[in-house]
Amino acid sequence: MATATEQWVLVEMVQALYEAPTYHLILEGILILWIIRLLFSKTYKLQERSDLTVKEKEELIEEWQPEPLVPPVPKDHPALNYNIVSGPPSHKIVVNGKECINFASFNFLGLLDNPRVKAAALASLKKYGVGTCGPRGFYGTFDVHLDLEDRLAKFMKTEEAIIYSYGFATIASAIPAYSKRGDIVFVDRAACFAIQKGLQASRSDIKLFKHNDMADLERLLKEQEIEDQKNPRKARVTRRFIVVEGLYMNTGTICPLPELVKLKYKYKARIFLEESLSFGVLGEHGRGVTEHYGIKIDDIDLISANMENALASIGGFCCGRSFVIDHQRLSGQGYCFSASLPPLLAAAAIEALNIMEENPGIFAVLKEKCRQIHKALQGISGLKVVGESLSPAFHLQLEESTGSREQDVRLLQEIVDQHSGCGHGGTNRGRTGESCVHHQGGSPGRPALGRVPGPWLPATQHAERTQDSRWPWRGLKESKNMCIFDRIVTKWCQYGPIV
Amino acid sequence: MRPEPGGCCCRRTVRANGCVANGEVRNGYVRSSAAAAAAAAAAAGQIHHVTQNGGLYKRPFNEAFEETPMLVAVLTYVGYGVLTLFGYLRDFLRYWRIEKCHHATEREEQKDFVSLYQDFENFYTRNLYMRIRDNWNRPICSVPGARVDIMERQSHDYNWSFKYTGNIIKGVINMGSYNYLGFARNTGSCQEAAAKVLEEYGAGVCSTRQEIGNLDKHEELEELVARFLGVEAAMAYGMGFATNSMNIPALVGKGCLILSDELNHASLVLGARLSGATIRIFKHNNMQSLEKLLKDAIVYGQPRTRRPWKKILILVEGIYSMEGSIVRLPEVIALKKKYKAYLYLDEAHSIGALGPTGRGVVEYFGLDPEDVDVMMGTFTKSFGASGGYIGGKKELIDYLRTHSHSAVYATSLSPPVVEQIITSMKCIMGQDGTSLDATGQEFGQGTVGMTCLCSVVWDWPGRLKYLERLRWLVVGIVWRLLHSHVTWAGVTWSQAQLRLLTRAPSCMYLFRVA
Repeated sequence: MATATEQWVLVEMVQALYEAPTYHLILEGILILWIIRLLFSKTYKLQERSDLTVKEKEELIEEWQPEPLVPPVPKDHPALNYNIVSGPPSHKIVVNGKECINFASFNFLGLLDNPRVKAAALASLKKYGVGTCGPRGFYGTFDVHLDLEDRLAKFMKTEEAIIYSYGFATIASAIPAYSKRGDIVFVDRAACFAIQKGLQASRSDIKLFKHNDMADLERLLKEQEIEDQKNPRKARVTRRFIVVEGLYMNTGTICPLPELVKLKYKYKARIFLEESLSFGVLGEHGRGVTEHYGIKIDDIDLISANMENALASIGGFCCGRSFVIDHQRLSGQGYCFSASLPPLLAAAAIEALNIMEENPGIFAVLKEKCRQIHKALQGISGLKVVGESLSPAFHLQLEESTGSREQDVRLLQEIVDQHSGCGHGGTNRGRTGESCVHHQGGSPGRPALGRVPGPWLPATQHAERTQDSRWPWRGLKESKNMCIFDRIVTKWCQYGPIV
Repeated sequence: MRPEPGGCCCRRTVRANGCVANGEVRNGYVRSSAAAAAAAAAAAGQIHHVTQNGGLYKRPFNEAFEETPMLVAVLTYVGYGVLTLFGYLRDFLRYWRIEKCHHATEREEQKDFVSLYQDFENFYTRNLYMRIRDNWNRPICSVPGARVDIMERQSHDYNWSFKYTGNIIKGVINMGSYNYLGFARNTGSCQEAAAKVLEEYGAGVCSTRQEIGNLDKHEELEELVARFLGVEAAMAYGMGFATNSMNIPALVGKGCLILSDELNHASLVLGARLSGATIRIFKHNNMQSLEKLLKDAIVYGQPRTRRPWKKILILVEGIYSMEGSIVRLPEVIALKKKYKAYLYLDEAHSIGALGPTGRGVVEYFGLDPEDVDVMMGTFTKSFGASGGYIGGKKELIDYLRTHSHSAVYATSLSPPVVEQIITSMKCIMGQDGTSLDATGQEFGQGTVGMTCLCSVVWDWPGRLKYLERLRWLVVGIVWRLLHSHVTWAGVTWSQAQLRLLTRAPSCMYLFRVA
């Protein structure tokens, strides 16, 4: 039955074809041909793209002029000519031919010219030579490195420590190892440059909070919590970190660690503590700001410090729990892709640690001297001391600014030069044009967010100052240079806060 | 496998020789060193490559890398698949406490924090890396010289933890250190000079260059480095990695273009990323790829806005530590001149190791150091010390003195290290009173780093046969295999992991051979 129906339909169609009027057939034929043409023709472009011809390209290449690789530097740029130090940079230092008392290096415990440290380094030099000729992964690990890591871990009472061959690279490699794109980092505004570079390399979201202002930090954390509730799935994979320094390089103040630990547990953020200045300075035994406040070391996820300050060596280390530190052995860029620390510097650091452990009284002496100097500097008109009284590194800031940063810098440079004339070495941190606060995207020379912190003079204290150098500033007060300040004070306008 | 002059060196597939047919090179022939001229004269009549290499280098330059056989690649993937399955199995067993959990875990108080590591990242470390972990980080306890003493260690729990038995395996042939010229030693003039300086100056510096960390030793070093390289001025830094990562951002910024080789070192990549400039990658040592990128960059300008680029910086290395290949420097320089780009040459491995007098890859090709805008290198490898340097025109160095992040924020070099560099450099330059023969002796005692086998081979005929065999065995199979074809489960290995993977078996092999 079906085939018969089909056949019948076919017959009907053929009949219809014969009976149709001619124009109808022609029209249908044309339509079919049109459809076939449309199907096979290329798509129609509205605008013709004109590619450049080879000749035009060559012209463009000829015409293009790049900027010079580096812009010219004026001959009188203050940072161009470094001060040349002849001889060891110890307590008495010869700068540009003049002998000065050293107030500018970070040799807090005076271990730079300690004979025991030198002897240990010499012994290591005689055994291993100078360089290690390899990264840690490929026969660049010496027993000295393992020893130093062990000692540092024991000293700081943590499970494990890892050493880097350069202090700057320590925190700059540690942060990107944990914090990746999409993670959130809460950083203090006065964080040092190495931390800023680490944050930039990590590509995480950076949230700055006001310097040492826990209320501001809590506000940011609360805002983040609200955000998290909107998107819980994302929140479950976004890590949170708080990065602070024990003793801030840029302001000489100590971070309020107990409050930070409270905030950590409340808002579930991990703390990375940078202790470059406070290691070997704060705390009864020199263990840093955790000992200073009496906080359990396990509450801090990562402690990073460099050995270039109190330990008078080169390099840096991170310490913490094995769970945290071991990760850096594969993902710390400065660890995996760089040669290891020369053994003689590691041996010097071990000996310095020995000395620190044997004489815990040295830290009390340092604190006392810091307090003395701090008090002695309070009276100078025109300059104010920025920093805690027990911080060995603090800043002298101009109380009132001339209004222009360049002029401030020049004035400070004059003060520094007068100092060295009187025999006291200091340095002018402002002369390089660096600003202490760069949020992501800032760089030295360009202030961030329109806030220009004042240029200042950092001065550092050494534990081994002799008694007679206790009053170096007296010379300055009594000299006729004081009249510079008196004249300028009247002209200065009120200077804003530092951060 | 030695390249016959004028001919293709082997029957295996050769990588695309990106030679630039550059008829309109204006600089013509640059002065070549005496050695190169002599070699050219000796090989006269067999030179076929005059018009290639931009006319700057007359000897044939052939580098061939063995392509990985298909079977090996497939088996590698299968192997990784099996390992992954086992990894999941072991994780399952560990979760249900059937198997003991060795690895460190998060604190109890912080269990509700967002986990510190991504699951997958940790998976690799736990299940794959742990199995072969004993290949790396082997501690030594002697000078990293031709023979080295390795501390023996054992693991009773499948590499989760190591115990040092206290034995020391003495006199192992060292093929893993970067001690190319043998200057890392504990006796000799370098060590004595360093000891003297250590006594006088101490080990550390405790200050940055711009403050009072600039010792007279540093000035002396920089002047010597400038003379060594044949440039106007130089500046030294405390760490080679930091030299790259902190100075590239000082040179280029937003609105600039960086053309970086595929296999550049992590420090160059980091420096390029930190600078904020646009980065474009060209295929490894492939000059056609580079030229195309240069042309497109200048013709089309910045993406979207079409503004012209402020500067174009080409980042290359002298010898690539990942491959052991030498950069095609004459062609790069020819391209750079044609398109007015700037060249940043990282000679970490090649300084001291290439060239008749050890001046690096520029001397190897007989080119003018002034053609390279920024010559960077490290003191870690050939000089047996640590640190890095940048050499170039005086304006460049003046600018870096004032604007480099390293000079402002990072500590300067340690004085005994500086002295070691000064002494070894003077020794190489022949200024310490020893004759060339003596320095030749010194060179001979050095170890040959794995990465330099390919290039150093051409310079030291005596070592050829043995090293060639090794190279074929180790580098050809292991290196290329793992490096170029490993993408696993859609995730490309990070360069760090690859490099570690490729290096380790070769070192283990050699260690066992030794």
